[in-house]
Amino acid sequence: MSSDSSQSPPDTPDRRPLIAFTWLWVGAPLAYGLYELVRKATQLFTG
Amino acid sequence: MSPPVAPPGWSRWLVPPAALSVHLSIGQAYAWSVFKPPLESALGLSGTQSALPFQLGIVMLGLSAAFGGTLVERHGPRWAMTVALICFSSGFLLSALGAAVEQYWLIVFGYGFVGGIGLGIGYISPVSTLMKWFPDRPGMATGIAIMGFGGGALIASPWSAQMLDSFGTDSSGIALAFLVHGLTYAVFMLMGVLLVRVPRPKKGADGAPAPLEGVQVSARSALRTPQFWLLWIVLCMNVTAGIGILEKAAPMITDFFADSSTPVSVTAAAGFVALLSAANMAGRLGWSSASDLIGRKNIYRVYLGVGALMYTLIALFGDASKPLFVLCALVVLSFYGGGFATIPAYLKDLFGTYQVGAIHGRLLTAWSTAGVLGPLIVNWIADRQEEAGHHGADLYGTSFLIMIGLLVVGFVANELVRPVAARHHEPAVQAPKEGTDVVRQQPESA
Repeated sequence: MSSDSSQSPPDTPDRRPLIAFTWLWVGAPLAYGLYELVRKATQLFTG
Repeated sequence: MSPPVAPPGWSRWLVPPAALSVHLSIGQAYAWSVFKPPLESALGLSGTQSALPFQLGIVMLGLSAAFGGTLVERHGPRWAMTVALICFSSGFLLSALGAAVEQYWLIVFGYGFVGGIGLGIGYISPVSTLMKWFPDRPGMATGIAIMGFGGGALIASPWSAQMLDSFGTDSSGIALAFLVHGLTYAVFMLMGVLLVRVPRPKKGADGAPAPLEGVQVSARSALRTPQFWLLWIVLCMNVTAGIGILEKAAPMITDFFADSSTPVSVTAAAGFVALLSAANMAGRLGWSSASDLIGRKNIYRVYLGVGALMYTLIALFGDASKPLFVLCALVVLSFYGGGFATIPAYLKDLFGTYQVGAIHGRLLTAWSTAGVLGPLIVNWIADRQEEAGHHGADLYGTSFLIMIGLLVVGFVANELVRPVAARHHEPAVQAPKEGTDVVRQQPESA
């Protein structure tokens, strides 16, 4: 399967803004969680 | 509800965020421990009592994934994500009511029973769809989603703790925190519900949906194959070995180096636990993606074979070197995560995509079993060793030997996996038309 569901007709909307928004939607909280994780994990070497 | 078919030009890179919005939410379950101390002090509960909502939630996860898988296949991912959203959020709202009126049974019922159904249906909801969108990289696709389940706890743990700090840890503060969780997760998961699409079915020469390619086995038939039960053993053994470390990570590293010149502090042990969570998450995406390149059977050879070697190194030399202990534990935990994330793609290789979500749901009973086995082995043996006067690394030696044995059993089970016999294959199975269920073409003789 190609990166799109089918051969895109020329008048199909540009999905890139939607892709960016949706990845940001899930990426932002995940980045927060990872930041907190790294902060805690460094305690293994400093604690 | 009809499966939502993608319009022309829909990008498959919109499907992983849909899956992540559900998995990042339901992964909150592993951060339940944040609520335990406040509940215990506000409602006068014991530690065992305050664990009940989580335990019931995990039981319901296994049951709803096992028994709801066929419904998920029939109604499609949007229906499943909607059910997951309603159940998971309602669970929090019922818990908020329970905390407000100080009726603990309502929290157990809400979070554990109702929310637990959301966990199980939500966990399997995007798996089959992702593999249909990414037939070239099914391991990576499911790895992204299942990594989200690990990531959910990373987000919820500090977020819930901060909320309790702000609202207070009395019953009204807990109620408000539950309420905010329920509403926030509903909005967050809604994006997945609205976004998810199934790929447009390929058309045959006559314009009708073309049959699915390759071997296709129904969920009912899969249960009758040795392959299903061999993979059940593989998953159960791999998860048991991972939980063996995860369950007692903090006391384990403290005990291992208690007599050394550089004992591990409580703070450093908490850092070790966090590092294990990172390895667990990284393994889900990394190893599962690697399985697309080296093959599913080979990657499980690594999980189980190298996993046994890591346990051997910890058992023999773990107390002599802190870096070696940490490194081996991280590798084992990355294999634990990888095992979870790779199993849907292994199932797809053997049984096809026809009912892989339902088959995956049934296989997750291995997780439930391992969730009981792993902690039971490590805790029971550590307690007996302590009673016998042992201390430090000696508390865990026997557990590690058992874990090595279990991993070898899993390794042998993986070696015995062969392609599914033709008698279990479905006759030509068509991809679903818009708004219809999967169609099975009966052979002319049927």
